[in-house]
Amino acid sequence: MAKHPNRKQFRWHIIIFLMPAVLVYTTVMIYPLLATLWLSLFTEVDQTRVFVGLENFKTLFGESVWSDQFWNALVNNLWFFIIHMLVQNPIGIVLAAILSQSKLRFSSVYRSAIFVPTILSFVIVGFAWKLILSPIWGIAPGLLDAIGLKVLYAPWLGKEASALTALSLISVWQFVGIPMMLIYAALLSIPEEILEAAEVDGITGWSAFFKIKLPLILPSIGIISILTFVANFNAFDLIYAAQGALAGPDFSTDILGTFMYRTFFGFQLQLGDPHMGSAIASAMFGIILVGVCVYLFGIQSRMRRYQF
Amino acid sequence: MHKPSQNRLNTYAAHGALMLYTLIALFPVFVIVMNSFKTRKAIFREPLALPDGDSFSLIGYETVLKQGDFFLYFQNSMIVTVGSLFFILLFGAMAAFALAEYRFKGNMIMGLYLALGIMIPIRIGTVAILELMVQTGLVNTLWALILVYTAQGLPLAVFILSEFIRQVSDELKDAGRIDGLSEYRIFFRLVLPLVRPAMATVAVFNMIPIWNDLWFPLILAPAEEVKTLTLGSQVFIGQFVTDWNAVLSALSLAILPVMALYIIFSRQLIRGITSGAVK
Repeated sequence: MAKHPNRKQFRWHIIIFLMPAVLVYTTVMIYPLLATLWLSLFTEVDQTRVFVGLENFKTLFGESVWSDQFWNALVNNLWFFIIHMLVQNPIGIVLAAILSQSKLRFSSVYRSAIFVPTILSFVIVGFAWKLILSPIWGIAPGLLDAIGLKVLYAPWLGKEASALTALSLISVWQFVGIPMMLIYAALLSIPEEILEAAEVDGITGWSAFFKIKLPLILPSIGIISILTFVANFNAFDLIYAAQGALAGPDFSTDILGTFMYRTFFGFQLQLGDPHMGSAIASAMFGIILVGVCVYLFGIQSRMRRYQF
Repeated sequence: MHKPSQNRLNTYAAHGALMLYTLIALFPVFVIVMNSFKTRKAIFREPLALPDGDSFSLIGYETVLKQGDFFLYFQNSMIVTVGSLFFILLFGAMAAFALAEYRFKGNMIMGLYLALGIMIPIRIGTVAILELMVQTGLVNTLWALILVYTAQGLPLAVFILSEFIRQVSDELKDAGRIDGLSEYRIFFRLVLPLVRPAMATVAVFNMIPIWNDLWFPLILAPAEEVKTLTLGSQVFIGQFVTDWNAVLSALSLAILPVMALYIIFSRQLIRGITSGAVK
């Protein structure tokens, strides 16, 4: 199907249509991305840039001044991700499963309400929860008291052992709406005939959910997982808003995003170091790339056969 | 087979679970906004009580409006968000049209190149973006933010819009060509109006992350006169930590615009997500 019979003339309009997007995208996204990877191979000596190869990465992974912080941030980031996978996505799936029941009244009201935290900025979410969990204000202890569980209360955000988990759960609270919506959409797209056929065979309710719907929405669960992965390993705002750039108490909530920010931008007395910052960014890039590749080649390609 | 009574039980259980979760989702927002209208004493003594004649106070709002330049911040956020959306939609639709409409050498590669950015977060390149903005003198201007958000939004925009532009009928465009319309007119007059719903979806997807971003304003435009509302409220609240009235009021004021946007666009947003535009 030749859309254009007039092949001799050079089609300038194609260039003109493509140019603005390609120009902005290349200069502000792709070039800086490559430049950052490139910068990570340099260091600054006497205010001049010196090529040092992979030296920065050796320092980052091996010298305890840097590597302690790096591995701490990476492990924290992994925990952050695990909590999202174990709490956010299952809750999202369950909510979507309940919402997708036919003839459920007010389902759009519930959907819109549950999505509200997702639209709020991290600044609002971080501070709001900081206030609510604060021992000074007493909302959290008061609520726990009301159900007779006051003993369980602790200033979670201020304790090293619980701060990261508490922040992860706050982030889960904020973003549960996204898996809920995507799974809801996937559940609605399952053809009615399949469910009717199952009903004839006596498979209904929760067993229909586990035996028929769940396998059919696996591709969407895969998409949610990779979206969660990329978002988590690139997170910064919530930790910064709630705990500051130092990701306290004592770096217990430090993740790669906050670590990179402190390193390249500097904070308090530490000067910014763009080269080490680039090295951390490159490490994050590597992690995200591995995750995306695992998804594309390991998960998504195998799931294709489930789609209709 | 199920008995009707069990069905009804199921429905009650479903409503119970959803109501419980709705409560969890809305409670923090509710508590913040409610307490922002109370006196300091009432905030601490009865945090869960609604403000009444005695406890009602607007002192927090007075502090916020006196101390912080929230109107300026709001205006900056507005300019950045609207500007970025404009360029994402215009440039994105143009590129999507080129990829969907014409066959040319490198079409496929160009499509893949533009799609790379869907999965790779632009934040990874921040160090070099900052250097670029310093070199071009764009640091502490709203243009720096607009450019970054445009670049960030383009990949998904091109992807979604080209899917929709492919569905525009060929006959329509060919009729236009026979009538002697230029390719530009075909795009702006015939194609763009037809993909308006898809453009609305793209706009709504991009709007909230741009409005809420903290990272780039913090790094590229931290100066007072270009602060966005998100950064402005972050700094303001950081300075007034001990003034609970002011903090709660600032939070409520920051919630207000996004809630307004959400109420206006929630239909579009939810339809966009559930119609599978991001599959």
